[in-house]
Amino acid sequence: MSKFTRGGWSITFVCMIIGFMLAVQFRQVHDAKNTLPNQRVEELAGRLIQLEEERDELETQLELLKQESEAATNREFISELKFRACVTALSGEGVIIKMDDSTRAAKSGENPNLYLIHDDDILRVINELRAAGAEAISINEQRLTAISEIRCAGPTLSVNNVRSAAPYEIKAVGDKKSLENAIKMRGGVAETLQVWGIQLEVSTADDVYIPPYKGTFKRTHSKVIEENL
Amino acid sequence: MTKALIGLILGIVVGCLFPITITGAYTKLFTVVLLVALDAVFGGLRAAVNEHFSDTVFITGFITNALFAAFLVFIGDKLGIDLYYVALLVFGFRIFKNLAGLRRYLLSKGKWKREKGKEEG
Repeated sequence: MSKFTRGGWSITFVCMIIGFMLAVQFRQVHDAKNTLPNQRVEELAGRLIQLEEERDELETQLELLKQESEAATNREFISELKFRACVTALSGEGVIIKMDDSTRAAKSGENPNLYLIHDDDILRVINELRAAGAEAISINEQRLTAISEIRCAGPTLSVNNVRSAAPYEIKAVGDKKSLENAIKMRGGVAETLQVWGIQLEVSTADDVYIPPYKGTFKRTHSKVIEENL
Repeated sequence: MTKALIGLILGIVVGCLFPITITGAYTKLFTVVLLVALDAVFGGLRAAVNEHFSDTVFITGFITNALFAAFLVFIGDKLGIDLYYVALLVFGFRIFKNLAGLRRYLLSKGKWKREKGKEEG
């Protein structure tokens, strides 16, 4: 091996350069693997697997609970509760009320808002219907639940957070005679609104279809208090 | 041989301690130069065992090869031709060739030694 000694130093020098470059390159590749996008991909993949497992577990749990509940509770009780929660479609005798903005032009100096349908006009109609014993009410195919809102949203009306514009069609199931009379009675809603030219048309029908409530129910703040009945 | 190893280890230590990172465009140049250096060392070792090693040839060979390879990669990058792979291929090929020469020499030397031992024994 004595032959190596002759050119030893220059080879040592180049070897040093190689070592230096190897170390830098190695560290670089190592760093590149630990960069944020790579880490993020790995993290997300891990979380995806975890969530999928969780989902499968919950699905089996749901299946179990469904079976249990079906066996334990009375179907009739459930349908009664569904009716009260307004999540079933209904049909029966009742009234269909069509309301539209006034066709009259506002006179100069008059507030044009008076000739448009507002949330309080609708609310008064709904209130009358409820007082007359309506069992289910919908506005433009939006079922009114116990906590549905009726309010102006710009030029439109928002019910169950769904917006719709005039004309409005209010459908109510109940005793059709009393519902019709409640709207049309002297000094009632229809007469008041007619002053402003707002069109209100009441018709009775024997099979009024009321769609179910299709939104979600939120329960983040309320707690159920168990009562011994 | 020991000197080469010592140099390698020293280089690795320095490289680990040196806070240098090669950014984007220079990584290709860097890898090519690394390969050139590896080729130079193997070529040098082969020349050394064949007893025609020359310091000037070794160093100039290393420097010109490194510079030309880097230049080739740079130009290739500008022209949109991947000359980078050409350099990698050629120097990789040469490393294997040098390694083969080294291996042949060591094998023949071992054979010679064994034969010599037989004669003595």
